[in-house]
Amino acid sequence: MTREEIKSRGEDEKMMDAPQINNNPKPEESFNVNYLRIYYGNLFPYTDLHKWLSYGHDGKHPGCDEYYFGRREFSFTLENDVYLRYKSFKTASSMEDAIKSSFPYKIDIGAVYSVDPDKRHAYSQTGTNVFTPVERELVFDIDITDYDDVRYCCSGADVCSKCWPLMTVAIKVIHTSLTEDFGFKHILWVFSGRRGVHCWVCDPKARRMTNEQRSAVAEYFRVYKGNENNARKVVLMGYSLHPFLARSYVDYLKGFFEGELQATQSIFSSKDKYEKILEMISDEDIQSELREKWENSAARSSLSEEAISLVRWEQLKNTLQSKKHKAPTLRMCVEEIVFTFTYPRIDLEVSKQMNHLLKAPFCVHPKTGRVCVPIDPNNCDEFDPLAVPTLPQLIEEINSGGSRMDVDDDEEDSDRSLLGKSIKFFRSSFLEPLLKSCKEEIETSYKTKIGKSKDSFSW
Amino acid sequence: MEVIRSQKRTPSNDTVSNPKIPLYLTTPPMEVRLEEFERFAIDRLRVLKGISDGLARGRNPKEMDDLVDTLWKEHMRDPDGSVMLNKDIISHFVLRLVYCRSDELKKWFLSMETALFRHRFRLQNFEAQRAIVGEFGLPYKAVTGAELEGLKERLGQVVRSLGQISPTVEAVYYKVPFEEVPDLVASRRVLIQKGYAFVAGSQLVSLVVTQFRSHISKALILTNRKWTTTIREREKDRLTPVVEALSTSYLGPDYSQSTEYAEISLKDIDQVAKSCFPLCMRHLFEKVREDHHLKHGGRMQLGLFLKGVGLKLDDALAFWRAEFTKKVGSERFDKEYAYAIRHNYGKEGKRTDYTPYACQKIISSAPGAGDHHGCPYRHFSEDNLRAALGRMGLSSRAMEDVMDKVRNKHYQLACTFTFEAVYGTSCDAGINHPNQYFEESQKILKSKTPPAPV
Ligand code: SF4
Ligand SMILES: [Zn+2]
Repeated sequence: MTREEIKSRGEDEKMMDAPQINNNPKPEESFNVNYLRIYYGNLFPYTDLHKWLSYGHDGKHPGCDEYYFGRREFSFTLENDVYLRYKSFKTASSMEDAIKSSFPYKIDIGAVYSVDPDKRHAYSQTGTNVFTPVERELVFDIDITDYDDVRYCCSGADVCSKCWPLMTVAIKVIHTSLTEDFGFKHILWVFSGRRGVHCWVCDPKARRMTNEQRSAVAEYFRVYKGNENNARKVVLMGYSLHPFLARSYVDYLKGFFEGELQATQSIFSSKDKYEKILEMISDEDIQSELREKWENSAARSSLSEEAISLVRWEQLKNTLQSKKHKAPTLRMCVEEIVFTFTYPRIDLEVSKQMNHLLKAPFCVHPKTGRVCVPIDPNNCDEFDPLAVPTLPQLIEEINSGGSRMDVDDDEEDSDRSLLGKSIKFFRSSFLEPLLKSCKEEIETSYKTKIGKSKDSFSW
Repeated sequence: MEVIRSQKRTPSNDTVSNPKIPLYLTTPPMEVRLEEFERFAIDRLRVLKGISDGLARGRNPKEMDDLVDTLWKEHMRDPDGSVMLNKDIISHFVLRLVYCRSDELKKWFLSMETALFRHRFRLQNFEAQRAIVGEFGLPYKAVTGAELEGLKERLGQVVRSLGQISPTVEAVYYKVPFEEVPDLVASRRVLIQKGYAFVAGSQLVSLVVTQFRSHISKALILTNRKWTTTIREREKDRLTPVVEALSTSYLGPDYSQSTEYAEISLKDIDQVAKSCFPLCMRHLFEKVREDHHLKHGGRMQLGLFLKGVGLKLDDALAFWRAEFTKKVGSERFDKEYAYAIRHNYGKEGKRTDYTPYACQKIISSAPGAGDHHGCPYRHFSEDNLRAALGRMGLSSRAMEDVMDKVRNKHYQLACTFTFEAVYGTSCDAGINHPNQYFEESQKILKSKTPPAPV
């Protein structure tokens, strides 16, 4: 039996009764196949997803590529970890049917290929490399687990309101650069459902970038070079920060480091914590000078952790300031510390390859039951990962008479429902401007094409 | 280009007195004698091979400039400028034919020709450089006046960020879509604003090289088509044998197949790792045993090395399964990891054999949080490196020698010194490849232990 032949099971099971909302749900209470089936049956925004991934190729304009959507790879992860790659769908409704009949735990979106991914085997017979990715959004994946050495509230997959702001800063830094530096306009940020964020850059130019160009953008964002075996994880050389880093530092990182981060993580408050920072100073005299100061002050302090932490930071800055000339490696030491703690830690490998898969927006995370909703980068401070609607809440809402979200255009109604706000945001802030510019592009390139073929008649 | 047997030759008309870099845009209308066809190609191959060596040894750009200059003088120079130009062009087109025939060959040729072009371009004066930009027809406008004024401060910041103490902005900047200068973007050597990179006159090389590279890359595809459809058959008695011999005459060892010394089995892998692996692999190996896991970069680096060392696919699967299943369970292992291992052995996907990484590649990798791959001499902190070397049994004298090389960024030499200290013999060739390290160490150990009685 091939993977593709695995059929959906349990089709005769009945709809569940309304679940009890529970503050500490067990995984199976916040997420299971039956909930998922209701979710896919009533709430999942198929049409919006299809519109997005069609990029204006809706068949209405003579310049449209009507096979565009059909060449997009999807992959499904099913209940029992069965993993189906290279699925593709001609239409929105065939995608909807496939999802409704197999209710995947996870839906990933891949690249647009030169030929229909479903039929790749037919082409591979010919021996030449015709099955290749041709377009792909430029994507970024940031995961809070990569910050474990700089957060003290949680570790691993956990997040809380104290460490989530690290993600918020990451969004601000990257989003600003994508728009200001690279000039991108159509950018979608999405909560990954549990512990991080995904970013989709959808401008035509971004979608057509080669792997080399993707790597270049990814590397532009790389500051963090540390690994498990080296304490000085960020190394900044030169006499000044590159304008991108300087802006990130001045506009976001410095303020966050001295404000929110100190308040929530008190990163200098104990010996364990400050030793890690002292290691980043490549001068043993300064290290021991500060260490001595802090060890002595520890016993007789009545200050709060945050206050202690702030005082020590000031001391460190002053000490470094007075010894700046000592060695070139100390020149940027303050900045290095701030960057180490606050600069976005992107999983760059995801961004570098066209054919990397990334989870679709509006999926539900199997461990938390939370929906992968879009995040507004301009108001990302307000985003609370713990307030994102969960499957049980959504189902409760349906059962108590809430409306289905998918195809309705009743703005009033959708606004009030749990998922409505997110879908509305997706449409108005992302989808509509995107489709408008896609249509314009299709129109222009159609006109030039017509123009060219007219020229060639005169030859 | 016509290949002829006769002695006479039609010299090209556009004789240029000073050395000039051709862009190889079109096949030259000239006649070539068969002997020259081959001899020129071999001379150019020597240059390209030298470049490849230099890059593998991690030479810096300045050293590469000198190297290319020397290589060119040695193999390609001719007192007569037009003769040299002809030789330059002919040899390029012959090698294009030789190297168009597989993806591997294409890739190598493309990188080496690009490197050659880059360094020759750098050796030209600014005027000659501008002329080449013109010849490519690059449509870039210099930024001037108010626009330049408005950017001065941030351009100065870029200059300072690159290690220059004064923010002196150059006189000429070009405004270029950022995607056309990926290398400058990647290393943050340009100011980028609203989709445009501001490329300084002195960075022109990067722009031109990108053009050159994409031109050669496309040309190789076309040449390949011509080769397979017509040339190979038409020339089967004359050029084809020459072309085919040229590509195999030089290929150095890539360690994708294990040699006689290398053949290890699962039961003595721990012993062998301890006695014969270079530090980078020893570290990865210990980490798998300890954590029962490795992130992708580590799995690739160690996995391909083990393949080169002669670990059979089944043993490799057994090895990784034994460790990983302690952490992720066998179902997930089969689903997520087994495929990649078979892939490395060419048993899945495109079925191409992946070759083990050379030091150069490992050293230039960029391990991130949670990663253990990379070259310890480059990526470990001093303390961790000292501790690791201590575990390999280095004396404090030897340790200082190694650390000295590390401080000067000669990582492969540091590794060579370690090798020499551990095995007590000299290694003049230097370490260029972890599998080479392994094979050399095996040779030494096998020559020391007498064959076991049967
Ligand atoms: S120099 Fe080469 S063999 Fe030695 S540790 Fe580094 S990468 Fe490994
Ligand atoms: Zn937390």
